[in-house]
Amino acid sequence: MIQLFLRDIGLSVRSGGGFGLALIFFLIVVTLIPFALGPDPSALAVIAPGVLWLGALLACLLSLDRIFGLDFEDGTLDLLATSPLPLESVYMAKASAHWLTTGLPLSLAAPVLGVLLNLDYETGKILCLSLLLGTPALSLIGAFGASLTLGVKRGGLLLSLLVLPLYVPSLIFGAQAVRLAGQALEYDVALVILSAISLGAAAILPFASGAALRINLR
Amino acid sequence: MNSTPIAPTLSDRFWRLANPKIFMGWSSKLLPWIAAAALASLCSGLIWGYFFTSDDMRQGSTVKIIYLHVPAALMAINGYLLMFVGALVWLIRRQHVSVLAAKAAAPVGMVMTLIALATGAIWGQPMWGTYWVWDPRLTSFLILFLFYVGYIALWAAIEDEDTAADLTSVLAIVGAVFAMLSRYAVLFWNQGLHQGTTVTMADGAKQENISDAFFQPLLLSMAGFGLLFLTLLLIGTRTEVRARRLKVLQARERIE
Repeated sequence: MIQLFLRDIGLSVRSGGGFGLALIFFLIVVTLIPFALGPDPSALAVIAPGVLWLGALLACLLSLDRIFGLDFEDGTLDLLATSPLPLESVYMAKASAHWLTTGLPLSLAAPVLGVLLNLDYETGKILCLSLLLGTPALSLIGAFGASLTLGVKRGGLLLSLLVLPLYVPSLIFGAQAVRLAGQALEYDVALVILSAISLGAAAILPFASGAALRINLR
Repeated sequence: MNSTPIAPTLSDRFWRLANPKIFMGWSSKLLPWIAAAALASLCSGLIWGYFFTSDDMRQGSTVKIIYLHVPAALMAINGYLLMFVGALVWLIRRQHVSVLAAKAAAPVGMVMTLIALATGAIWGQPMWGTYWVWDPRLTSFLILFLFYVGYIALWAAIEDEDTAADLTSVLAIVGAVFAMLSRYAVLFWNQGLHQGTTVTMADGAKQENISDAFFQPLLLSMAGFGLLFLTLLLIGTRTEVRARRLKVLQARERIE
């Protein structure tokens, strides 16, 4: 399992793996927002939490079909299915590798990009924390969606359609936590629920995803 | 052991109803009656509601939208519930009819969600001064609509019938969990304009509830929508069963 995890990280960091792609996409979204909405700093500070969360979510979405797609095409996944490692663990290894190569860098980059949107330092810290707690859920749900749409040709759009409604709770609580922090209000509850969603996803989705993988490999 | 036949238990008899052949038998007998009952209660409920009740003191005649709005919303939620149950039964007992019923329920439920959203928007314009607000109830319905669309799209995207049935069932179950989660998440996110539940059977908060004059025709049209849903569901499921049989026949023809 650790081997598989390291292999996936290695593959995605190398060129063509989409490691930088998510970050660059995130940067582009954040750069384009002021052009669309005007450069007024106070207005930008109001929308910054939402925009940064949304940007991170969309950037996360970009690389989802890579999680299982290439391994399914070249038959690696069939080999993994016959190995003693259960497919649930394969899913966990791949989802955590996806998180380490997209969720983690996005969380760390978000406060820096927040400066562009006039987000103050304290709120930036909460933004980073909320993304750290929330992006695991995004990777887990995304990997589940990827395992559902494995056999579908050009399943990218279908994948987003399936995954986006599942992302709604994480987005709501994540952006809400940062917004509350920006107004100097209590934000603990939102963060707790956000981490609860991530933990719940980690507890339930491996089984759903393992089942979906097994069905697709039948 | 002697070959004494074991008497079928009640549960055996119940599950036998889901045998495709037996299902086609009883559903074809039942369908006209349910359809007639749906038509009768819908017509009487709507006509009673639209022409023989007085206007509301504050809302005027727009209150009559309730006879479409509330039943449609009710069926939108029950449709998803039915899909969830159908998916569970399929994954546990491999009853083909149950997953076909779930498949047939999806488009009906989606249209019910659309009706609820559309009538809600038309009602919202005179009452709240806007067609759409990002209110918890409205937002949950929009998300419910997306769930329906995703479910139908996944059915359409996968060629192999059994694979599609399995994968959509997994999606329906995970989706049900997240639909509940979204429901409470949006409550946290925004306090809304939409009123709370005013159609309850309980006597407790009598003053909050709508008056009997509106409630009786509403009950009738709710039953009508329920029966209409059942009718469409049975027709849809029968069509799916027939489509399967047709495929088998075509495949057999190709072999011979």
